[in-house]
Amino acid sequence: MTADDWAAIWLTAKLATLTTVLLLGLGTPLAWWLARTDSLWSRCVGALVTMPLVLPPTVLGFYLLLLMGSQGPVGQFTTWLGLGLLPFTFTGLLIASVIYSLPFTVQPLQQAFRAIGARPLEVAATLRASPYDTFFSVVLPLARPGLITAAVMSFAHTVGEFGVVLMIGGNIPGQTRVISVLLYDRVEALEYTQAHYLAAGMLVFSFVVLLGLHLLNRERRV
Amino acid sequence: MRVRANLTCGLGAFRLAAELSLPGSGVTALFGASGSGKTSLLRCLAGLEPTARGYLEVSGEVWLDSERGIARSTHLRGVGLVFQEASLFAHLDVRRNLEFGLQRTPVAQRRLHWEGALELLGIAHLLERLPMRLSGGERQRVAIARALLASPRMLLLDEPLAALDQPRKDEILPYLDRLHRELAIPMVYVTHAMEEVSRLADHLVLLEAGRVVAAGPLSSTLARPDLPASFEDEIGVIVQAVVAHVDSQYQLAHLSCAGGELRVPQQGLKPADGCRVRIRARDVSLTLHEETDTSILNRLPGVVAAIHPSSHPAQVLVSLLVGELPLVARITRLSCDKLQLQVGSKVWAQIKSAALL
Repeated sequence: MTADDWAAIWLTAKLATLTTVLLLGLGTPLAWWLARTDSLWSRCVGALVTMPLVLPPTVLGFYLLLLMGSQGPVGQFTTWLGLGLLPFTFTGLLIASVIYSLPFTVQPLQQAFRAIGARPLEVAATLRASPYDTFFSVVLPLARPGLITAAVMSFAHTVGEFGVVLMIGGNIPGQTRVISVLLYDRVEALEYTQAHYLAAGMLVFSFVVLLGLHLLNRERRV
Repeated sequence: MRVRANLTCGLGAFRLAAELSLPGSGVTALFGASGSGKTSLLRCLAGLEPTARGYLEVSGEVWLDSERGIARSTHLRGVGLVFQEASLFAHLDVRRNLEFGLQRTPVAQRRLHWEGALELLGIAHLLERLPMRLSGGERQRVAIARALLASPRMLLLDEPLAALDQPRKDEILPYLDRLHRELAIPMVYVTHAMEEVSRLADHLVLLEAGRVVAAGPLSSTLARPDLPASFEDEIGVIVQAVVAHVDSQYQLAHLSCAGGELRVPQQGLKPADGCRVRIRARDVSLTLHEETDTSILNRLPGVVAAIHPSSHPAQVLVSLLVGELPLVARITRLSCDKLQLQVGSKVWAQIKSAALL
């Protein structure tokens, strides 16, 4: 393991953690709204949120690149704000990751919220709890398995992304060179031993995360 | 406390349109077939029906006034609601379920204290358990205690026994009796079981197809001969009685009531116990003279107060006064003519069965 490897691992962990935190913050209200609303508008938003599941990451990356580039509206806006352009920066990569992993947060949460149903909310209201109070003291605790699944899946999915990173982040050490990109470099350079460390590490990581999630969710049910 | 309401709610095929005035104390039963709108009405009182329109006033406070755009949210109304099925929070143990409403009630507004509620519903031994480890009856008792600990101004019960089997019902009914006797809080009780109505209610609201068809004190409302056809089998009276003594040889309780003495099969009663007896119009027959060679035990002399047509053209409903006790008898029109009954006729009422509640 070289310093480059450790830098990539650290960067990947940082990216996945920040992405997960942002996603839980954004995805929870979004999932709540989607679970409680049934209108054409909410269905459109629901479909839009799900799109990263079926689109090739390169499509997503391509459009994000155009949007955040110097000619794109987002790019012009960030330049006007004095932030510069986002592509090939850590921030740009973070935004892309959030969009790319959004369905992995929203879907489990939406299902968990739906499963709670209206009754516990009505009960809480008759026990003098305001809607805001109810959300934190009843809805979130009851949705805990969904929250755990959402967090773990978002984290793991971000760790595993490659196409979006390549399109929007490129390959800048310490900035955007995450494990999956570094692994690609190693293979291209025929450094198979180095590649093995990273590839096997990812394999073990994914297995442990998914096994842990299954065990955790099973424990909740018993 | 008094409730005045003129409410409509519902979309599409079903529509509730209820105008009613509920007393500020005792138990009011909302009775009707399923689909009659009794649960919708209860949910309107709680503020859980977003389509509710009209006017609702509780002890002088306006909770809903669509014309003025007033609609108070449920959590600001202070109503307790016990649902048909278990509705305890699955993530909290019994203690924390009970504390949920209590903690959100300002100290100055708390009326029932912790030990009182535990004792009233017999749940002190369940505090550390999770809801999934409770029986159906225990869950409902905890749900009732939880609602009471939030010191509601009105306790609403939506068929709290309907999802339970008979032994569980028998387990909870005595607790409901106690609530009725020991708490000053007005209760609105939705049910389609006349047995529960007769046992618990003081006031009755009859609903049919989303409308209030009759409302008033329990016994006089049930004795009304003009109830819609679907309620006709329920017409009768509820008699308040006191156990005079118990005949241990024949296992009969002798009850004294406004109309004299009634004898009913003994059910664990002791002398001086208060009880309620239900006498349905279809279980009362009339004779002009006292028949002594009959198996019917309860025979009371009375005077015909009114004769009304029944929903079936072959029958009439005869209202009687036995002393101060009103009774209703459903007999055939033919018998009525043969006996030449008219207002003021002296008759004997033979009560074929009197149900001890």
